Amino acid sequence: MSTHQETVGEENGEVWELRLYVAGQTPKSLAAFANLKKFCEEHLAGRYRIEVIDLVEQPQLARGDQIFAVPTLVRKLPPPLRKIIGDLSNTEKVLVGLDLRPGDKT
Amino acid sequence: MDQAAGAPAPSGDTEFALAKVPSGIHGLDEITAGGLPKGRPTLVVGKAGSGKTLFAMQFLVSGATQYNEPGVFVSFEETAEDLVKNVHSLGFDLPRLIAQEKLAIDYVRIEKSEIEETGEYNLDGLFIRLAYAIDSIGAKRVALDTIEVLFSGLSNEGIIRAELRRLLSWLKEKGVTAVVTGESGQGENLTRHGLEEYVSDAVIFLDHRVTNQISTRRLRIVKYRGSTHGTNEYPFLITGNEGIVIMPVTTLSLDHEALEDRVSTGIERLDAMLDGRGYFRGSSVLISGAPGTGKTSFAAAFADSVCRRGERCLYFAFEESQGQIVRNMRSIGIDLQPWIDAGNLVIRSSRPTAYGLETHLATMLRDVQVLRPDAVVIDPISSLISVSSEADAKAMLVRFVDYLKVNHITGLFTDLTQAEGTSEQTKIEISSLMDTWILLKFIESGGERNRGLYVLKSRGMAHSNQIREVIVTGEGIDLADVYLGPGGVLTGSARYIREMEEEAELRNREDELRVRQIEADRKRKVLEARIAALQAECRGVQTEFDRFSWELDRKKQVRSEERGHLARMREADRTAGDSRKEHGGER
Repeated sequence: MSTHQETVGEENGEVWELRLYVAGQTPKSLAAFANLKKFCEEHLAGRYRIEVIDLVEQPQLARGDQIFAVPTLVRKLPPPLRKIIGDLSNTEKVLVGLDLRPGDKT
Repeated sequence: MDQAAGAPAPSGDTEFALAKVPSGIHGLDEITAGGLPKGRPTLVVGKAGSGKTLFAMQFLVSGATQYNEPGVFVSFEETAEDLVKNVHSLGFDLPRLIAQEKLAIDYVRIEKSEIEETGEYNLDGLFIRLAYAIDSIGAKRVALDTIEVLFSGLSNEGIIRAELRRLLSWLKEKGVTAVVTGESGQGENLTRHGLEEYVSDAVIFLDHRVTNQISTRRLRIVKYRGSTHGTNEYPFLITGNEGIVIMPVTTLSLDHEALEDRVSTGIERLDAMLDGRGYFRGSSVLISGAPGTGKTSFAAAFADSVCRRGERCLYFAFEESQGQIVRNMRSIGIDLQPWIDAGNLVIRSSRPTAYGLETHLATMLRDVQVLRPDAVVIDPISSLISVSSEADAKAMLVRFVDYLKVNHITGLFTDLTQAEGTSEQTKIEISSLMDTWILLKFIESGGERNRGLYVLKSRGMAHSNQIREVIVTGEGIDLADVYLGPGGVLTGSARYIREMEEEAELRNREDELRVRQIEADRKRKVLEARIAALQAECRGVQTEFDRFSWELDRKKQVRSEERGHLARMREADRTAGDSRKEHGGER
């Protein structure tokens, strides 16, 4: 899995920039990506951007965002920076982690 | 590296022996017989501020600078900038090592408030970062400081434990020698989170105790699988330019070489009392006495004589400053300043309460190692004892004395005894360590206090059993004989009076001798005259006899001549012989 971006149109002004760090294409990282995609479609449709970074291929990038666990989701924008580690299977926790209220649903 | 003094024997150099890497911590390699286990993790445990981070950093820095083993420092607590600053004062130039690719620092920030956990995860991110850092500089050493932060930053302990186990076995696979630090725990647990479960090859405990407001750092090797190691608690210092320094004296060995060489005490009469030649070189000397008996003066006289021979003396003063010692000793004719200026004499003054005993002794040992003096003076050794428990003090002193002996350094220690009555009992019974023990004692008599000197013991020489009086004048220290008077030994004025009396008596005797000499001369002359007269008389008797004897001979001669003459005239008489001859012929 190389770095790839998924950008969806930005309608409501604020764009959420999310970065998912994984280590190789493990079932865990694939699950995390799927969970994230689903979550974003549900809560941030049209105003999010996901960047997936595979640390196996780009180990030097782990340092910048202080990654020590995988998978880690980093909310780059909007500030402040937030981190969620794990396979993002618990939607409630992802909401808390990203500081998103269910009411933000579009 | 410093010379090992009585370190445990290396565990052998067979192929099965555990390979070790030098730790770079001064003194630790002696205790562990070689260093840390190569390619394995070592756990360093201690409370906050016990020196764990420094230990880990020193391990890496020495690897990078001395043993061509680059290292990776993974910090979970301090940022790289803070680390650089903190160890800069200890002489570690981290930015330079980083630029030379001999060191890499990776700060792993785990901030609970920023992190939400959901579902399964592992610590591959950490593995990848570590692997990347190791590979980028070809690291042989790794430090993880303090990995326990994971426990406070993350909530899934099950995952952390599994990952820690995986991390440490992964480090072993990588073949890097690692130092893992951990907070010491309560009760049965060595570490707060049971890290010892994962790092079981070697465990080193750093302790920082404060007793009576005095702090002492100690190091103990709790465990070292497959290797012999010292099991004591070893005091250590954090010095300004060398980082952690462990006192290298480890075990009590009694196999030091004894020298025949002698060194002067600095006082002529005292040399005379000690076989005429002073202390043995490399021996230990104790000078004990009550306050004011002149212990420091004896120490200074000794230091002066050491410097006079062109040797070096290290003087530890715990009661007076350097300036005070120099001034006070000048008043008794010992000028130490030139020796200080020439570098022969180094005075280290410090308050006994500045540190604990162990720290003092460790500092002193370090000074001894660096300066390599021929003689060491501790004035007074009893001050050191006041900052520690007596059992500790004795153990430490034994080590120190032992170290001096092994290195053939003559040690002179003064000891302040409190009560006059117990003056023969040193406070911690260190006298058994000492080869020569000199006691200075006040002798009170005739309304005076005077200083008496006793040589209580001096191993290996026929020392004097006499009590001497110490006389301190502007020209130095002298020892005078003391006299036995009706009320005991005489000192001070009483001794002076006695000396005067003796001198007068001596003068009387001399006069008498002279008179007797004259008398004897006269008698001799009379006798000689008589001998001459008798000899003359004797010669007269002989002459008379000779004359008589000559006259007798003369008469005999005359008579026989006369007889011969008569016979010829008569022709009748024959000698008996003639007649027998004729008679025989007839037959």
